[in-house]
Amino acid sequence: MRGDEGMTTVALRINGVEHSVAADGRRTLLEVLRDELGLTGAKRGCNQGVCGACTVLLDGRPVRACLSLAAACAGHEITTVEGLTEGNELTPVQQAFVEHGAVQCGFCTPGMVLTATALLKENPKPNVAEVRTALSGNLCRCSGYRKIVDAVVAAGGAR
Amino acid sequence: MHRFTYRRPASLAEAKAMMAAAADGRLLAGGQTLIPILKQRLAQPSDLVDIGRLAVLKGITVDGGRVTIGAVTTHAEVAAAPEIRRAVPALAALAEGIGDAQVRNRGTIGGSIANADPAADWPAAVVALDATIRTDRRDIAADAFFTGLMETALEADEIVTAISFPIPDTAAYLKFPNPASRYAVVGVMVARTTAKIRLAVTGAGPLVFRVPEMERALARSFTPAALDGLAIPAEGLNEDIHASPEYRAHLVGVMARRAVAACGTS
Amino acid sequence: MGRFGAGQPMRRVEDQRFLTGTGRYTSDIDLPDQAAATVVRSPFGNARILGIDTEAARLAPGVLGVFTAADLDADGVGDIPVAARLTSRDGSPMRTPRRPVLADGRVAHVGEAVAFVVAETIAAARDAADLVMVDYDPLPAVTDGTAALEPGAPPIWDEVPGNQAFDWETGDAGAVAAAFATAARTVAVDLVNNRVIPTAMEPRSALADYDDKADRLTLYTGTQNAHSLRDWLCDLLPLPPERLRVVAPDVGGGFGMRIFLYPEHVLVLWAARRLRRPVKWVGDRSEAFLADTHGRDHRTHAEMAVDAEGRFLALRVATVANLGAYVSQMGAFIPTLAGSGMLTGVYRIPALSVRVRGAITNTAPVDAYRGAGRPEAAYAIERLADVAARELGLAPDELRRRNFIPPEAMPYRTAGGKTYDSGEFERNMRDAMARADWAGFPARRAEAAARGRWRGIGMSTYIEACGGGPDEGATIRLEADGTAVVLIGTQSTGQGHETAYAQMAADALGLPIDRVRVVQGDTDRVSDGHGTGGSRSLPVGGAATAAAADALIASARPHAARALGVPEAALDFAAGAFRVRDSNRFVALEELARQAGGLSAAARFRPPAATYPNGCHVCEVEIDPETGAVSVVRYTVVDDVGVVLNPLLLAGQVHGGTAQGIGQALLEGAVYDETGQLLTGSLIDYALPRADDLPSFDFATNEVPCRTNPLGVKGAGEAGSIGAPPAVINAVVDALAHLGIRHVDMPATPQRVWHIIRSAQDKAAA
Repeated sequence: MRGDEGMTTVALRINGVEHSVAADGRRTLLEVLRDELGLTGAKRGCNQGVCGACTVLLDGRPVRACLSLAAACAGHEITTVEGLTEGNELTPVQQAFVEHGAVQCGFCTPGMVLTATALLKENPKPNVAEVRTALSGNLCRCSGYRKIVDAVVAAGGAR
Repeated sequence: MHRFTYRRPASLAEAKAMMAAAADGRLLAGGQTLIPILKQRLAQPSDLVDIGRLAVLKGITVDGGRVTIGAVTTHAEVAAAPEIRRAVPALAALAEGIGDAQVRNRGTIGGSIANADPAADWPAAVVALDATIRTDRRDIAADAFFTGLMETALEADEIVTAISFPIPDTAAYLKFPNPASRYAVVGVMVARTTAKIRLAVTGAGPLVFRVPEMERALARSFTPAALDGLAIPAEGLNEDIHASPEYRAHLVGVMARRAVAACGTS
Repeated sequence: MGRFGAGQPMRRVEDQRFLTGTGRYTSDIDLPDQAAATVVRSPFGNARILGIDTEAARLAPGVLGVFTAADLDADGVGDIPVAARLTSRDGSPMRTPRRPVLADGRVAHVGEAVAFVVAETIAAARDAADLVMVDYDPLPAVTDGTAALEPGAPPIWDEVPGNQAFDWETGDAGAVAAAFATAARTVAVDLVNNRVIPTAMEPRSALADYDDKADRLTLYTGTQNAHSLRDWLCDLLPLPPERLRVVAPDVGGGFGMRIFLYPEHVLVLWAARRLRRPVKWVGDRSEAFLADTHGRDHRTHAEMAVDAEGRFLALRVATVANLGAYVSQMGAFIPTLAGSGMLTGVYRIPALSVRVRGAITNTAPVDAYRGAGRPEAAYAIERLADVAARELGLAPDELRRRNFIPPEAMPYRTAGGKTYDSGEFERNMRDAMARADWAGFPARRAEAAARGRWRGIGMSTYIEACGGGPDEGATIRLEADGTAVVLIGTQSTGQGHETAYAQMAADALGLPIDRVRVVQGDTDRVSDGHGTGGSRSLPVGGAATAAAADALIASARPHAARALGVPEAALDFAAGAFRVRDSNRFVALEELARQAGGLSAAARFRPPAATYPNGCHVCEVEIDPETGAVSVVRYTVVDDVGVVLNPLLLAGQVHGGTAQGIGQALLEGAVYDETGQLLTGSLIDYALPRADDLPSFDFATNEVPCRTNPLGVKGAGEAGSIGAPPAVINAVVDALAHLGIRHVDMPATPQRVWHIIRSAQDKAAA
């Protein structure tokens, strides 16, 4: 990065922790998470706002970190996959992914888990069609989605 | 992205001042279209003025026969708003069908119409419902708002503050989505009020347009069958790998008939 | 539990890290003092390069180096190799253009690497890349394979006259001609096997580290075969193998595309050595579209001679394969040797004749993509079978039944020269039809018609070949602390190999699975390997692992005999312990390992033959006649992939492959314009299947053990993408057959289907 013009300090609340990040106004939330804070759970799959691998929760709702300027996220509660759990504990959604074999290469997984987590908060017992619609912004090339959908439906039913 | 200065105003007045002071300022709301444009280095604004969190530009009110939606209200907020679902369910349904959850949580109605993407959904609603676009300096009628491919009547530093929709007797929006992007290949909104019937098409041409012939036919008989045999010419319609102009022209008819049918059942 | 825990749906050991965001893909790795690199790519499909001016870029802030072909040449860096070569039918060798790492005076496809910019930060590298001035002299381009072979097509390479790399044939043209001459009838179909772009979710990336003291390089990159990549790179750099380590960390999908050596591998290594610091390149999505290998892109004329009872007599197939601008490493193998032998499918077809011409075009190189040659073969024969059934007035299952190779004919040698060891093709079909309620279809069709939808049903009874290539070695170490390590030369790109091999070793050695670790994708830690491709990991790597476990137990037996004071022959091994027969005395394998300070054994497995996974897909679609939109509303798969090790992992492979096959059939297709610009260069334009595009697949197995490997497994990684496309298109055609439509090309997009419906209706009206 050249020069200091446009450099600002951005206060971001991520996974319940305040971070003060010196960022050029151009930096996306994805860049700050991955390159500044080492939170690499959000993936750079397309950087074009389509694949959903960079999904994080902004005030509990899924958004694409690659299409959000970091500076514009100040004042919001940001949750990444690293913030869902502590230690080796898994959330019910994550546990359902394990049980149903919903993980393959893992690259889309953090985004899928976050979108699914937000869905279940809004709609605790979604049916298959609702889950498929809710996950339509998260691309997966490995699974054909069947096991992911099964996992999310089951995680809902378990509540 | 090229270099720009990010600014976040605390008030509409400050936003106006920032835009006035900037060499080449652009307004940022949800950023779902602007950020990709900046990433591709297709635009080089000097300043980005983020109005996305100005409370005065947010919110939904229903009164006096109108639904008024603040410019930076997200698609998801529109889709979920009980008062909109009651007053104009077609607006909530349109919002619910935009992109995907991530886009709806960030993208805003004002950003969408100011950007005037030919494949965006909102322009169909704005024109079919004969909405009024409120800005920091005036009101603009829907028919005067969209002026060309990604062009509007807005001045360079003009800020859309709200979109005010008259509540119709009935309305419906039907879209045929692009299989890759989920934008509208063709989207048709039809709205009936006691005074008139308006039908607006997005996706098919360089900008949203009405089809007066279809409106007249529907005024005579508000049934899908009234549109039988009414074809719009393919000439001048958009062409891309997903749809030829002929296909788009055909889809306008299909979506229009289905929209009218959906009005009947709602 | 069977041998090696077969049949147990063990949960994946990989999941914890992926679910918590702690997986480590190449782009997640950063090294101290790392520089960032970007590639300057050709904006033209076909052009001469008159000059490259790098001065402004080199002087830009933060730039460490701007490199072109001249720099690589001066350093003796070789060209990207062609691994598979053919001889044309006239005896001439395959003609291939030279493929330098960076374009040398010519570019032949959009996205081809022209210059490499290394800087302190990626932003600085990108800014500098904009300053690299390349003087292009654009030339006419040709992107379609058939057009490229026509007289007068723009010539692309002097070394490849007529843009034809090869004109290859196999089979018995005379026997086929004789059968056609006397057959009761013949059927034919022209097919496009559309070009698809693999689109693994993790874009390709590469990070090179240079150890100054040891003069040794390390490459971190998502590859499917670390060892082959190392060997190719060492040839090219050039470098002795011990001076290069290749590490594949977590890999975000491969699908064949990650088998190959790419220019960026060479560039980061070469630049790291030159700059004496780590160099990282992270590809973006548009680079993936432009410069990853693509798949398929065949135009095929397939015809079959049939007798009066509908029995297949002979098959003749002529294909033009679009190879892209260069012949990729396996690019010549895929459309020829990989697929042609499978063209007769699951049927008794006495005679086969195949001709394939390889065309050079101004498009990205084409190489292995999930299935690699077998999907193309299955599509040809399974579409032809349906066309024949329709023309003969037979139900598709009835025609197939008349032609299946029966189980009692196994082993069966086909006209394609393959010997199928096993398979119950009719049973696959019967099971799939039952699960899909084929008999109830007319009622569903009527119900759909009442809703204004045209419903169609289609099947494919496919077979493929895998695991027939090179051998694989496995080593198992049982440490003194009771943990075991499996070292294996195959490479997971998402399949769950850490679980599969651990499951096998744990079961064999009687250990809990969490005490077994799998090491893969590291040329320093694993002595050799042939990687993952062609669904070979379990049939070959699995067999090697089983043999290594047996060898480890055998090596422990003398220790056990000493420990228990009995002859070796008095010992049985079961559940992790040697037991004295007819007594309750035993010693645990772990205990022996502790006493011995660890035990280790290695074994190799060389497959005597390929395996032949097979199955039946049944697809049901609904078409909206007014828009042409096709929805897959029901999908059933019955697969015989031999003995099933882990049903959970298997289902994931089958579902994912099927989704890619449905994607190819309905959504995906690379489109270039006539100048060579890729019009489907982003996910906004290239339609990848999303969650709401697909139904919930029904999947069952018909386990017929493979007879040519000790585990009885057949491989499952590619089956879905092979079986799906013909089943989907057969269903689409079935839905449209009432209009007289006999074929729809892939991808059957709404626009294409609508145009076909409209022209059929216009024809009927005329």
